[in-house]
Amino acid sequence: MKLTVEQVRHVANLARLELSAAEEGRFVERLQAVVDAVDALSKIDTTGVPPMTAPVHGAPTTRADEPGGMLTTDEALANAPQKVGTSFAIPRVIE
Amino acid sequence: MPRADFQVVVGLEVHAQLLTRAKLFSSASTDFGQAPNTQTTPVCLGMPGALPVLNEKVVELAIRTGLALGCTVNQRSEWSRKHYFYPDSPKAYQITQWDFPICEWGEVSFEVDGRLKRARLRRIHIEEDAGKSVHDAADGLTLIDLNRAGTPLLELVSEPDLRSADEAIEYLKALREILVAIGVNDGNLEEGSFRCDANVSVMRHGSTTLGTRCELKNLNSFRFIKQAIEIEAERHVELIERGGVVEQQTRLFDPDRGETRAMRSKEDAHDYRYFPEPDLPPLLVSAETIEAVRRSLPELPRAKRQRYVEQLKLPPYDAQVLTADARLARLFDACVLQFPDAKKVSNWFQGELSRLLNSSGRGADQVKFTPAQFGALLRAVDDGTISNSTAKDVFAQVFETGKDPLAIVAEQGLAQSTDLGELERVVDEVLAANQKNVLGYRGGNLKLLGFFVGQVMKAMKGKGNPNPKTVNELLVKKLG
Repeated sequence: MKLTVEQVRHVANLARLELSAAEEGRFVERLQAVVDAVDALSKIDTTGVPPMTAPVHGAPTTRADEPGGMLTTDEALANAPQKVGTSFAIPRVIE
Repeated sequence: MPRADFQVVVGLEVHAQLLTRAKLFSSASTDFGQAPNTQTTPVCLGMPGALPVLNEKVVELAIRTGLALGCTVNQRSEWSRKHYFYPDSPKAYQITQWDFPICEWGEVSFEVDGRLKRARLRRIHIEEDAGKSVHDAADGLTLIDLNRAGTPLLELVSEPDLRSADEAIEYLKALREILVAIGVNDGNLEEGSFRCDANVSVMRHGSTTLGTRCELKNLNSFRFIKQAIEIEAERHVELIERGGVVEQQTRLFDPDRGETRAMRSKEDAHDYRYFPEPDLPPLLVSAETIEAVRRSLPELPRAKRQRYVEQLKLPPYDAQVLTADARLARLFDACVLQFPDAKKVSNWFQGELSRLLNSSGRGADQVKFTPAQFGALLRAVDDGTISNSTAKDVFAQVFETGKDPLAIVAEQGLAQSTDLGELERVVDEVLAANQKNVLGYRGGNLKLLGFFVGQVMKAMKGKGNPNPKTVNELLVKKLG
């Protein structure tokens, strides 16, 4: 599959990334390499092989429905660039 | 071409918050209404390296829901990542179930205009809730509270089987009633623990091709849901009539303006870039687990109503009132076991008990009396030990204190007098003292009986509590 610059722009938009024209060109090349690798995998005949959707099987670790072990608000907000009270504060996201 | 030529088609997606104490993949509490960001762990915050661990209660509640709605419960389901960038989703993806949900193909039955209808449920899957964004609290800022992030939800997706706003509402009410009855959800629309999105389209009558749908959001009351569906269907018809084309969109309902408006053009599924969640193995459920959950399911509201009418011979109205609250119905069942005259129990439940529950603000699961005490009280009325009005007073005390009703009757001397000798003597005295009225009664003025009953009851004060029925009978005999 051949990637277009429009596809790269679309994916960048979904990831909320702003790319310059030069970056767009670079990412078309880089992502093309990833897509080529997957294309190569797709050529392998997997008839009769069940799809492997998870690398881990067997040991299903679960937890009991017990609350506990929570962070303090200081810990929770330690990486916040800005805060108001105990809320994370970010530039307003709606008009 | 008028509106009447078109058929409304609705499919509903319900998000129901599961009644767990801890979150879906972390041990943070699900407590509602706490200060912002006090209910989090590194998993809720999407910290690098923090790994999700499944809360086993969630699985049980999902199976419970699936079985109650007649679904197939898949013994193997899988987790997926759904990617989107929004500040209240710190991982930038939501863990959900995509290709292989835990439950599929059930149905919801509901009544519209007295007719039983069904809508197919395509799937039920488990997913995590997002955090909360507050846009109006601080100037130029959006505040993020991640207390809700990671709270377990079930998404229940119907087929487009609903044909009017009224059907949609009845479907939702029936679904909510079941979820509450089986203890998986609290059914609260206002607090957002039972949320609904509606997919609305229209097609010409007789057509079998569905029109393009729009998804409506912000529907947080039954009234709004009904309004929004009707307004949206109207919009589609007008658009088509003018030769326009309905665009697939997500639209926000604005109850103040009574309109819907476009939010964003709907992302295609591939824009969410779903892929299997590498941090979680597939969810495996054994046949034994499913059977154990099946055995623990309570009787569902519709079946209960049917049983009340058919087996207990209650009027449909009584059955409706008693089953409207699962806790009340449970107490009713226990009391009927103690006192099998269901209609009498029902009358007490709708009268005295609901009055006391209302004034005390208690739920039917918080009463202090036992069903055995309740049965003993009603038997005491039945065998004439106490009058019905005495029983109401006694019941109010039993309700308050949990004390045994017969003990209250004994302590307060409330039993009706059975000393017939004493009663007869008083009756004779009253008749002797009122010869004029005796002649009047015998002359045909039967209304005077009430006068004599009153006089006897007065004279008996402090000498026990005669049963008015016995007094009546004795008087009629003596006067006759």
